[in-house]
Amino acid sequence: MTKAQNDVVITGIGIVTCQGVGTEPHIALLKATTAPELKIDTERFAPYPVHPMPEIDWSQQIAKRGDQRQMENWQRLGVFAAGLALDDAGLKDDADACGTMDMIVAAGGGERDINVDSLIVDEGLKRNDREQLLNEKLTTELRPTLFLAQLSNLMAGNISIVHKVTGSSRTFMGEEAAGISAIETAFARIRAGQSTHTLVGGAFVAERPDVILLYEALGAHATGGWTPLWSRDENAGGGIIGGSVGAFLVLESRAHAEGRGARIYASIAEIGGDRGRREDGRLERRLDALVDGLEAKAGSAIVFSGASGMHALADREKTWLDGRFAGVPVRAYGGVTGHALESQFPLGLALAGLALANEAKVPAFDPLSEGTMDGAADTAIVTTIGHARGEGIAILKAEK
Amino acid sequence: MTKAAFRDHLGRPIVAVTGMGVITSLGQGLKDNWAALSGGVSGIHGITRFPVDGLNTRIAGTVDFVELPAENPVERSYFYARETTDEALAQAGLSGHFGGPLFLAAPPIEPEWSARFALADRAPPSQRPGDAYDRFLTVLRDKPDPALHEAWLFGAISERLADRFGTRGLPVTLSTACASGATAIQLGVEAIRQGRTDRALTVGTDGSVTAEALIRFALLSALSTQNDPPQKASKPFTKDRDGFVIAEGAATLVLESLESAVARGARVLGIMKGCGEKADHFHRTRSSPDGGPAIATIRAALEDAGIAEDGIGYINAHGTSTPENDKMEYLSMSTVFGEGLSKIPVSSNKSMIGHTLTAAGAIEAVFSLQTMLTGTLPPTINYQNPDPTIVLDVVPNVKRDKQVSAVLSNSFGFGGQNASLVMTAEPA
Repeated sequence: MTKAQNDVVITGIGIVTCQGVGTEPHIALLKATTAPELKIDTERFAPYPVHPMPEIDWSQQIAKRGDQRQMENWQRLGVFAAGLALDDAGLKDDADACGTMDMIVAAGGGERDINVDSLIVDEGLKRNDREQLLNEKLTTELRPTLFLAQLSNLMAGNISIVHKVTGSSRTFMGEEAAGISAIETAFARIRAGQSTHTLVGGAFVAERPDVILLYEALGAHATGGWTPLWSRDENAGGGIIGGSVGAFLVLESRAHAEGRGARIYASIAEIGGDRGRREDGRLERRLDALVDGLEAKAGSAIVFSGASGMHALADREKTWLDGRFAGVPVRAYGGVTGHALESQFPLGLALAGLALANEAKVPAFDPLSEGTMDGAADTAIVTTIGHARGEGIAILKAEK
Repeated sequence: MTKAAFRDHLGRPIVAVTGMGVITSLGQGLKDNWAALSGGVSGIHGITRFPVDGLNTRIAGTVDFVELPAENPVERSYFYARETTDEALAQAGLSGHFGGPLFLAAPPIEPEWSARFALADRAPPSQRPGDAYDRFLTVLRDKPDPALHEAWLFGAISERLADRFGTRGLPVTLSTACASGATAIQLGVEAIRQGRTDRALTVGTDGSVTAEALIRFALLSALSTQNDPPQKASKPFTKDRDGFVIAEGAATLVLESLESAVARGARVLGIMKGCGEKADHFHRTRSSPDGGPAIATIRAALEDAGIAEDGIGYINAHGTSTPENDKMEYLSMSTVFGEGLSKIPVSSNKSMIGHTLTAAGAIEAVFSLQTMLTGTLPPTINYQNPDPTIVLDVVPNVKRDKQVSAVLSNSFGFGGQNASLVMTAEPA
């Protein structure tokens, strides 16, 4: 690939999954010779398995206790991962860089107060004037700070407060597609010279009954134990196993990155997203269009698939990948980290960037269905197909 | 026109507005809204949608005159957005597949209480305190409810709009709190300047006035409690202002590169000349005491527009009627415009329509453009007791005839997200 000054390059990666905190444990798993150790909690939300948050020392990225207390885990995890990305890019203590840095966060909503919600519905079972009951209980039981912890745009707000990232602040919503649009928008702005450096990503906490409820309304969450992603047990729920994840990237124009002597993990060559009805091969035709003209060869490319694990969708994606990129090894990272909804796509780019920069021969995550890698890849294809809608693909290139 | 006439001072494509649609508590459609707004009519009234007994705030600018298939914020927000988009596309003379991207500012909507109660009715009895979600899960494991799932997705509104209007690619659903509507427009402007598209659909909608939303803002002491009479509660820039009035509405703007608008013979309603933004790191609900981020936001918008301070003829203020915002907004405007501010009329639409939250930036952009198109400045009503520390020409209480050719519209949000837009009357 010819290098250009407005290439969009990844210079910072902040990543937290059940596999650990920061780039180090993730590089290790990408360079290992066997699939990562399974990190799954089947007890706490039984019958639903979840990939839990690792142990995190919040104060490493959120110095003030007061700031930590103003958030619940969803915002905390995002602010923490954003801090890791800034640190990793060497920009954490650069007030000028952070003060002019753009930011796009892919967000859902924060934790509800499960006890208050329970209290209200239980009381509601005994009363006929439920609307009146709501007024009484919400007025007395809701904590004002919890409202702020629930607000979608306040993950970004807290990143501004804690890390002083204030060039701009935008929050995108809408499940997996939010993460795709966030990176697509950051990419397009940098390409066009509208931004020189952007912090982009999100966080997701799977260990929440209100989140499991979202999936289960569709019968989409897996039950029982963990099974490999490409062969989830069809008789044990809908296939999705959530994972708590924080994933942020620092993206820069090549000119900006080189100007400050930054380390470049990889460049983003192409990125696109689309949506629409999925029946009768429409999904596959849109995926084809997103990688139109791309030649990816076995031996020099790798696919990081963000497949959610939902049964029918996973089958379709695998069939499409095996056809369109025959022989190219596929790694469904959601089987290792859990599905991270809004953060799934940013997580895929983080892993792909780490793999390319470290010339990793990534071990099969699901050895029954994924082939081996003979050598390091110079091209990574990151996919995310939303569990309900929306799909996106990014093509990353190694720096040579 | 020569090619150069379609480029701005930085050589970027000039972005025109060719269609507008609006709905607020004042009515549906630009015509009715403008008649009421320029007539100084308030849309604020007592809440009837849900019981308000025992609540400190019992008023809002809800949109109560539409019929919905189901009563919930998703249906409301979608309905408003659909109606204003129909209106905007009709004005733009566009039909069929829109063929450009959709940028939608929409409220982060959580599951309805009625849905939780319905699940509880079907669920097994409580075994221990705090187990409601376990019981809900039992119900849904037994029998999934895809309609409920869809109602809980943040992407649900843009999905329906994208299907209905044939927009291109992934629609963006965004929230920058009270700046959201302006951010949606900014994203549209950026997409056209990038050359990714000739046109973009930008929408801000908010139909999220529920008991929980009202109570949450009340707990933050953000709302006016001067319930009687409702239409006097929103009184920006006055000494006795005591909070905003929560409200609903939507607006759609069809943005088009000027070149493509002219090429197809569309009527140009105005130019989206510049956008500025700057985030605040001071506090979750309060802005920096020195006004720094708001000042930077306005300056960035002027710079992006290539317009000097003395080029602005009117300011459509954020003007929420909270003690904090109006003070800070004045500080920021007086810092940017200095002595010149005394010559710039500044009015707040929120004195009449309340704070339409997610939709505000888009609605107020439509009214800003309409101000230039009609040569009428809408008033700030309820301006009986001016705050002596805020010295502004607020177009007090009665509209004023004045032709202006460049307008600044401010949107400053909770969570430190600020955006300003500069609009001009014509491409000249």
